[in-house]
Amino acid sequence: MEAGWKHQKTLSMPENKERHIVVIGAGTAGCTAAGQLAREGYRVSLIEKEGRPGGKLNSYYQLFPDRRKSEEVRDFLLAEIDSPLIILKPDTDVESIKKNDAKWLVTTTRGDLPPADAILLASGFDLFNAERKEEYGYGIYDDVITSLELEEKFRSGSILTSKGFPPGRVGLVHCVGSRDEKVGNFHCSKVCCVTAVKQAIEIKEMLPGTEVFCFYMDMRMFGPYYEELYREAQEKWAVNFIRGKVSEASENIEERLVIKVEDTLAGKPLKMQVDLLVLMIGMENAQSGLRVGEDLGLDVGMNGFFKVRDNHYGNNRSNLTGVFYAGTCTSAMNITDTISHARAAVVEIDTYLNTSGKELKS
Amino acid sequence: MKGFGFSSIKPRVIDYDRNNRTVSEYILEREPSFSLCIACGACAATCSAANFTEMSLRKLNIFLKRGENDEVRRIMNRCMLCGKCTLVCPRGVNTRNVIFITQQAFKKLDNYAV
Amino acid sequence: MKQEGKKRIWKEFQKEIPGDHFFFVRSCIRQSFFPGSEQFLIKLLREDLGKDIFEDPRHTTCTGIGYHGDVVPFDTIQAVVARHFALATEHGYKDILISCVTSFGIYEEIVETWKHFPETLEKTRENLYKATKREFEVPRTILHTSDAVYKFKDEIASRARYPLIDRLSGKPVRAVEHIGCHYSKMFPKYGVGGAEFPHTLVGMIESWGGEVIDYPERRHCCGFGFRQYLVQANRGYSMSNSLKKFESMEPYRPAFVLANCPGCTMFMDKWQYTIREQEGKTYGVNGHGIPVLTYEELAGLVMGYSPWDLGLQYHMVQSEPLLDRMGIPYDSKDKYLARDGSRMEAPKNLINA
Repeated sequence: MEAGWKHQKTLSMPENKERHIVVIGAGTAGCTAAGQLAREGYRVSLIEKEGRPGGKLNSYYQLFPDRRKSEEVRDFLLAEIDSPLIILKPDTDVESIKKNDAKWLVTTTRGDLPPADAILLASGFDLFNAERKEEYGYGIYDDVITSLELEEKFRSGSILTSKGFPPGRVGLVHCVGSRDEKVGNFHCSKVCCVTAVKQAIEIKEMLPGTEVFCFYMDMRMFGPYYEELYREAQEKWAVNFIRGKVSEASENIEERLVIKVEDTLAGKPLKMQVDLLVLMIGMENAQSGLRVGEDLGLDVGMNGFFKVRDNHYGNNRSNLTGVFYAGTCTSAMNITDTISHARAAVVEIDTYLNTSGKELKS
Repeated sequence: MKGFGFSSIKPRVIDYDRNNRTVSEYILEREPSFSLCIACGACAATCSAANFTEMSLRKLNIFLKRGENDEVRRIMNRCMLCGKCTLVCPRGVNTRNVIFITQQAFKKLDNYAV
Repeated sequence: MKQEGKKRIWKEFQKEIPGDHFFFVRSCIRQSFFPGSEQFLIKLLREDLGKDIFEDPRHTTCTGIGYHGDVVPFDTIQAVVARHFALATEHGYKDILISCVTSFGIYEEIVETWKHFPETLEKTRENLYKATKREFEVPRTILHTSDAVYKFKDEIASRARYPLIDRLSGKPVRAVEHIGCHYSKMFPKYGVGGAEFPHTLVGMIESWGGEVIDYPERRHCCGFGFRQYLVQANRGYSMSNSLKKFESMEPYRPAFVLANCPGCTMFMDKWQYTIREQEGKTYGVNGHGIPVLTYEELAGLVMGYSPWDLGLQYHMVQSEPLLDRMGIPYDSKDKYLARDGSRMEAPKNLINA
């Protein structure tokens, strides 16, 4: 990390030091936004419901596309919020928010905050509850795990099945809880495909003798070097890709998982035994954020995420003047785009506050 | 054994654990670019033989990888080795060589002299 | 396997099952092939448990065989079912107890259609009135008889003389359960436990002391389905489905199969004979067939009724190995005795006989 990231007072307007912004959520978006706001001289209250900042980054192992360590990005976020202008409040939930003239009065579980000139909602996402896809037997069959649980296994340094052995064969199921009318999530969670490819490579690296299968509907390799990662998975790591949905998982007498999948490209059903089944669970708008949204009266879109004022040039603005969004509470995003989105939110807040709080024309 | 006017049907499920994939492994050793196929179908779309026969390299590659060799044997020899598939493959698979080696593999399995 | 996960799913799919005052409608196949079962159900509910179960002799088949075989159109079957509702209304019953799983599926399908398309309900009222001058109310609950036995499983357990324990080893008897497709696959919310992990038969077996086997093809259809087997040449498809299930359950050595659908029970019982003749294979412990029971037969056995009064002698696969295992006394001489004491001819080609 370059030394220059530390807080230089670059773009600060003198008026900013009189202004107070409340950022709800100290994950990737919240910390990035808070850091940029502090750099511009604002006072920031950063509210976080968990015991520490960093959000989901605290659970990840390596990040796509270059497989750098997640700790490096988490350290970047921690450096961002290391400023005397930012007051971090961990283990704190928002109880209610009321408007008073042009100011916002936020009551938290640890007391009232000073009046805020703007609210930035960076409450992030919840992962889909895999138990809802009953046919995969999550929570019933021992060796059906989620992609998050696999990340935790990577962090622990070993991948073992419930029987204590490394798996001979691993299956990764794409689109669990996403693009699925049956669970009410029509949307694509965007990042699960590249995560599956990354995790497939990580498994092969840790366990070279293990066979790895990805069961996909489409391969959504949307970002820079993602498609190249897919190619590397096939070329260098011999990961197998089977296009088709897994219909069910069950256990056979040897307590190995048996899965049935439609091999769409062969035009036939396929069945195989696996030792570990990883469900790539999708993103949903965080329940904690939705509660804040309900209290405030924020519009929620058909997909359950917050509705932004304009899909192209206003996706940090909400339906309420003075309330802004950053990050995955608006839609599924990867970390790079979350950081960009958070910085854009700061630009919107600047513009809003430095035009005397006048209503922004969409 | 009695007959009742009907018989049981063999399941058509691809039993991945029972299938034999040595032909696929043989090809992969000799033509590593075989691993890059994403079954996009560009090869089959341009194939001269596909217009009039069941030849589809897209399908053959999938069947080989699953170990469904009987289907491959049936259709393989329709290929005329024109090489158009290799010209269009977006992943750079040496498709013509894949076909050569597959034919070689089956010949070996059948014990014919090359 | 984590049982707590299964329990969470069962909690999601809990069904309101009334405890009394049932209007009972019979099953075509059960009356023909498992006469003991239906008799015992009525006896169990009426005499042993003291419930009010009412049958109107004017009720007919639901015509499900015809409907699923494409012979009876949807309008007709709606009117037939509506007539049964009219009979129930006439006698003041609001809860229908249905003996056959396909019938249950049809009743649910019709009531759901009426909910979503109210014009079909109006049309049916009109049709029924024109044909029979009857009027009806849509029932409050639609129940399958396995739901009723599920509701009373604990009462049955408290009266159990022969719980599902292996006499020799003292361990629970291990069994396979099979739920009919029309019970919970059509409307998961109307089946106890939902579609993936249905609990109706699991609950019964476990309350009565047994252990349930989960095997890979548990959810697979048995292949019954009026359309499949109406034409002789298609029966290979039906049989192959049951064959697939047997192959999958074989390594687990189940002591018996429990099914809640009359068709499934019939098929899984009779196909074992066909498979023996055509494929030369038998399943079950020691190569004897696996007895396939209805839940009433199992309840009756557990409560100590004579197996021959329950009608077990009319199955293709005889249950003697299971009876021995559970320690139930029986006399093979009494098997084919008629009511007047004369001996009937024993069926040929039975398995385990």
